[in-house]
Order: sequence, then C-alpha cells, then structure tokens
Amino acid sequence: MNIVVCIKQVPDSTHIRVHPVTNTIMRQGVPAVINPYDLFAIEAALQIRDTHGGKVTVITMGPPPAAVALRKALAYGCDEAVLITDKIFSGADTLATSYVLASAIATLGKEQPVDLVFTGKQTIDGDTAQVGPGIAKRLNLELLTYVSKIVAVNREAGKIQVERRAEGGVQLLETRLPALITMLEGTNEIRFGSAPDMFRAARAEIRTWDRESAGIEDLKKVGLKGSPTVVSRVFGPTPRAEKAQQIAFDPAAPQAATDALLEKVLAEIPKVGKELERHKVEAGAGANHE
Amino acid sequence: MNQPTEKFDVIVVGAGPAGNAAAYTLAKAGKKVLQLERGEYPGSKNVQGAILYADALEKIIPDFRDSAPLERHVVEQRMWLMEEQSHLGTHFRSDQYNQQPGNRYTIIRARFDKWFSDQVQQAGALVLCEMTVTELLKDESGRVIGVNVDRENGRIYADAVILADGVNSLVASRAGLREDIKPAAVALGVKEIIFMPKETIDARFNLTGQEGAVIEMFGSISEGMVGTGFLYTNKDSISVGIGCMLSDMKQQQTTPVELLEKLKRHPSVAPLIAGGETREYAAHLLPEGGYDALPKLYGEGWMLVGDSAGFLNAVHREGSNLAMTTGRLAAETLLELFAAGQPASASNLARYQARLDESFVMKDLKKYRKIPGMLDRQRQFVADYPGLLNQAAFNFFSVDGRDKEAKEKEIIASFRQRRSLLGLLGDAFRVWRATR
Ligand SMILES: Cc1cc2nc3c(=O)[nH]c(=O)nc-3n(C[C@H](O)[C@H](O)[C@H](O)COP(=O)(O)OP(=O)(O)OC[C@H]3O[C@@H](n4cnc5c(N)ncnc54)[C@H](O)[C@@H]3O)c2cc1C
Repeated sequence: MNIVVCIKQVPDSTHIRVHPVTNTIMRQGVPAVINPYDLFAIEAALQIRDTHGGKVTVITMGPPPAAVALRKALAYGCDEAVLITDKIFSGADTLATSYVLASAIATLGKEQPVDLVFTGKQTIDGDTAQVGPGIAKRLNLELLTYVSKIVAVNREAGKIQVERRAEGGVQLLETRLPALITMLEGTNEIRFGSAPDMFRAARAEIRTWDRESAGIEDLKKVGLKGSPTVVSRVFGPTPRAEKAQQIAFDPAAPQAATDALLEKVLAEIPKVGKELERHKVEAGAGANHE
Repeated sequence: MNQPTEKFDVIVVGAGPAGNAAAYTLAKAGKKVLQLERGEYPGSKNVQGAILYADALEKIIPDFRDSAPLERHVVEQRMWLMEEQSHLGTHFRSDQYNQQPGNRYTIIRARFDKWFSDQVQQAGALVLCEMTVTELLKDESGRVIGVNVDRENGRIYADAVILADGVNSLVASRAGLREDIKPAAVALGVKEIIFMPKETIDARFNLTGQEGAVIEMFGSISEGMVGTGFLYTNKDSISVGIGCMLSDMKQQQTTPVELLEKLKRHPSVAPLIAGGETREYAAHLLPEGGYDALPKLYGEGWMLVGDSAGFLNAVHREGSNLAMTTGRLAAETLLELFAAGQPASASNLARYQARLDESFVMKDLKKYRKIPGMLDRQRQFVADYPGLLNQAAFNFFSVDGRDKEAKEKEIIASFRQRRSLLGLLGDAFRVWRATR
C-alpha cells in the first residue's frame, strides 16, 4: 500500500494566549503541534502499513518551520516526508491549499501509484474541513469523510471498509481504492514511537519541494491569488465575565451575609425583585382565600 | 528488525542550563554528543522567570548577548523584611549596572532554554526531546556504559554519561548513585508570571529602556517557615514567587498556592502587580541542602551536574549559574581525558572534583554551609526579626508626642522580650560565623 498523509502544523490551542491589552493572539512562545485530527490519520495509515506492508509518506504545505511537524510524524513511524514550501503559496485558502496538495500527491503518484490518502477531519485553526474533499475531487479519488475507524482493507480486491460517524448513528461503508479518507478522533490514539524511530526522524533528510518540484501547473491557482475566500470580519465571543464581588462572612452572624447577598442580587437584577414581589402577592392572595 | 546500536562519546541527560552547558562545550569541541530531554521541547519543563548571571554563560558562549532572549538587565536590587502590613527594606540602585556588558539579566526560562538548546544543536549535538531516561546501563564491573529510555529498543551507549536531570534526579537515585532527596534539604518554589504593559512596569519601578529591578523578600510572608519571596521585572511581565522548605510546608500543612496568594495580597506587593494578568503558574523543587547535602559527584563513567547534584546557593538565589558552571567543568574534564586518550573512570573523573573545588561553586557552598542548618534550628531569623524590625521602624517613624529616647528603649525592650540579650548576641555571632 502506498499511503500519503496530509498534515498541518497548527499553534497548540492549549497554549494560545490573547494579549490583555491589544487583544491580538500572542504567538510568541506558543509551541506548534501537528493538528490533533491529523494524528488519528497518521495512526490509521501506520496501522494499514503495518498489516499490509508498503509505506507512509507525510506531506505538508507550509513555511520551512513546518518541517518540525514532519519530523515528528517520522518519529511516530512514518517512512518519508515531503515539505511543500514556496513563497508564492502563502496566503492560501482551502481551495488553493487543496490544489497544491493534490498536485504534490499526483507528483508522488508518478513515482509509485498512491492507494490511499489521509487527512484529518479538519484543522483546529481553520475548522473548515474542506481541504480533504478538495483533494479528492481534484484527483478523482473516492471520498470518505468523518471516518472513525478503518474496518478492513482488501488489497487484492482494491477495497476498503470503514465506519463513518453520521448524525444519529454509525455507517459501515465500503469503497474502491484509490480513496481519500478524512479521519475523526477515534480510538486509534497515536502510538509512542520507538527509540530507533526517534533517531531516524532526527537524522532524516526531509524532501523539500517548491512550486516546480511539486508539479504545480497553474500558478494562478496557488497562494493568495488562487484564494477566493474573503474574510469579512474576525470577532471573538463577547466575554461575559464580570468582576466577582466579595461579601464578608461573619460566622457569628450568618444572617447579615445572606442579607448582603440578597441586597446585591436585587440591586444587580431588578427582575428578581419584581418576581419576588409577584410571588409575595400571589402567596398573600392565597392566604386571604383560606 | 535488527537495529544498529547507537553509540556516542557522551550522553547528556536533561536540557536545562546544566545539561546545555555540558552538551554545548562538548559538541563545540567536536565530540559526538547525544542530549536527551524528557520534555516536549527544551524549556517546556522549566520554571518560568529567573535571573541569569552573565558571567557563567559568558564563559561558555562569550557573545550570548547578541542572540539570547534577555528580558531586562538588573539595575536595582531591593531587600525587604516583611511584616503583615509593612516592609522595611533597602534599595541598591546603580547606574554602573547600565554599562555594557551587563551583569545580571531577567529571563523567561522557557524562551531562554530553547535558545540555549538551539546553540547546542548548532554546535553539532544531537538533541532528542520526549526521551525520558529510565535507567543507567552498567557493565559487569558496574561501570556506566549508557542509558535506557522509555521507548522500545531504548538502549543507547556512550563512553560517559553526564546527569543533568534536575533536582529530583530519579536516574541517579534509581542507579544508587545518590540517596533520594530529603524534604529538609529541598525547598518548594512557586512562581507566577503576570503580564502588563511595559510602560506600567517602567512607571511602577522607576525604570527606563531595558532596566530591570529585583525584590527579595523575607519575613511574615513565609509564615515562620524558612523561605523567601521574590519579584523580578521582565519586559512586559513580572515574575513573582515564593519558596519554602518542603519539610516546613509539610509540617505546617500550607500549600504553596496559599503562600503565593498571600504574598500577592501583601500591601507592599499588591500595587506593583495590580491590573496584570497571570499567565503561567509553576511549582518546582530547589535543592537547598547546601554543601553538606552534596552527594558523590562522579563515578565510573558518570558525573552529576547542576541541580541533580544539589549545586544551588540558596542565600544568593543562584542556581542556573552553578548549573552552567558545573556542566561546563564536567565537559572540560571529559575533553581533557579524551584528548589524553584516557577513559572516564572514577579515578580520572576525580579531576572534575578538583575543578569544582577550585571554582566559586564549591567555595561559595562551603562558605554558606552552616546557613541551611542554622535557619532550620534558629527560627528567630525568619519568624521574629523581620517583625520586630518592622515594629521598631513603625515606632521610630511615627510622630506621636513621645520622646525619641523613650522610643528607643521601647524598641530595645521589644527585642529583649523575644530574645534574651545573650540570644541576640548569639544570633549576631551565628550570622557572622555562617557567612564567614
Ligand atoms: C521558583 C524558583 C526560582 C528560581 N530562581 C532562580 C533564579 O532567579 N536564578 C537562578 O540562577 N536560579 C534560579 N532557580 C534555580 C534554577 O532554576 C536551577 O538551579 C536550574 O534550573 C538548574 O538547572 P539544571 O539544568 O541542573 O536543572 P533543570 O533546569 O531542572 O533541568 C533539568 C532537565 O532535565 C530534564 N529531565 C529530568 N529527568 C529526566 C529524565 N529522566 N530523562 C530526560 N530528561 C530529564 C528535565 O525535563 C529538565 O529539562 C530557581 C528555581 C526555582 C524552583
């Protein structure tokens, strides 16, 4: 099996910080990681290779530092890595990205036909889930999205069976190879590479492809030029957190604290007062009837 | 699959200041060096915000100032004796510290360690992260011949192993090279980084440009335990923290978080950090046993450097400089042996001890060897004096119609009440002797 996994390096969302004053994202010191969904894609690919033989090639389109993500993928046990990097690729949206990746996969296919392509379900920094389908369409691959499990691969018959998470249940699907699969988070946690894998990854030469070696034919389809997506506005959720207030609590006089609390609540939310008033009237009215 | 054996001249365990200094020195000299770090990247496990003492690093990378991520150079040092509502302190500020080259810098460890590691890699060492050393490999004679890591096929070989794995060096204690650390010989330090605009920091501490200030704090903040608090200014953040002996914390059942929160609420500290946003919180042990707690520092094929050996000067809050210096000295010892074609046997590695003895590291640790024990036994230094001095100052500076002589008598009486005259004299003598 000749398997290609497309990965992306993203800022580690658990470390992202917003500057308290300027409200801009502070990337400084934020470690970059492999997009978490891509890890499930890598593991699925490695498991297929382990049972059916062949090789797993990881590819990414990104700036030179993205090589770190590729090296990490090699440390998990991937066999080869290609970094697709060129100044003219920058500013790419999902359309342009899928064009570049599809071209690169086609180029790899000339060395040896590709049976399976994997991507993560989506990236955590873009959340569009469009790149995988975009590649499949361009390369005319069978497309299986939101796959949670690879059930079986039949090399001879050229077929693959997967579980796909759909609304309200799980679908069991089968399709022909070559296919593209976008992986969901599943049970296939990424493995802990061996020590020799760590050494191999650290020393590996990472193939670096520019527009030419990646086999890009139409330069108008890459980078900012090839990206029709317009981001009209970026906004964050309005923070609702208000400053907490403290109420002094004297164990000797708990009543005082409750009174203070109630007073604060009533002052903050006048509606509560009106509600209480209403209940009082109703209760009073009931008493009168008795 | 038959894996080829990995074999290096030297394996360095840990990518903190000690390990980086050792790996850099060896790689720079052309040795085949493997450095193993358990963290995701160098610095990922290291406590944020610290003082960097230039001299130790200068001896390893003379032009480090050109590329190292330095925050500010320290021009002002304050010492505060704290009481619940006050502090009595000294400020030392000198424009001399503005002269190049600078002497002390504030740094953020995560960034600094990463930079240092980049230098190590550029010097030619192979640095592998997410590799936790679990044990030392020994031959039949007990000589250390490599390490085992927590991964499949994890045996890696070397002519010598330098252990720079930090304060609770599990590798060393597991291999029986040293005893487990005792709670009375370690402090637990907690730190926070609080972000705010540079201009706010400049205004609050009276700083301009890259100038920085440091405050060291003693007294009521440690609630009678042996410990100190500190506050450093970074570019656009402030590091604030406190450390106390682990044995004390256990006994008093205090948590470090509570201590730090209390320190941050202190009326002398609160206004300095007001309005800032806390970003990082970290807790870490410090080996504070001093000279008498040092384990054996070398043996057949191995050496201990930095915190893993307990090289820390608690009195002056110096750790990373001792770590870098001992890392360098260990590396230089090996270079000397390799050049002479001699093995890293215990008798040859005695030269490491000799180098240490000649350096400021051992001289300083010896000078202060009595301090840890003294503070432990003589609680008045942390529990009584700061408070008494603050009361004395309050008394002396309050104008309330009483004559000055009466006040002086009152102050002396307050000291005498807590400590006998002999006790006071004894304390003065103890301090003098311990720091001699
Ligand atoms: C709160 C606090 C404040 C401090 N402030 C200062 C200061 O201002 N100035 C100063 O000079 N010093 C300061 N110190 C002391 C200083 O941090 C240490 O002395 C210094 O970090 C020691 O360096 P090291 O390289 O020996 O150990 P460390 O910096 O602890 O590095 C050890 C490294 O080894 C790795 N490691 C551990 N075990 C393994 C393993 N089994 N396999 C692989 N890797 C492993 C760790 O992940 C770590 O990266 C402070 C310490 C604390 C706790």
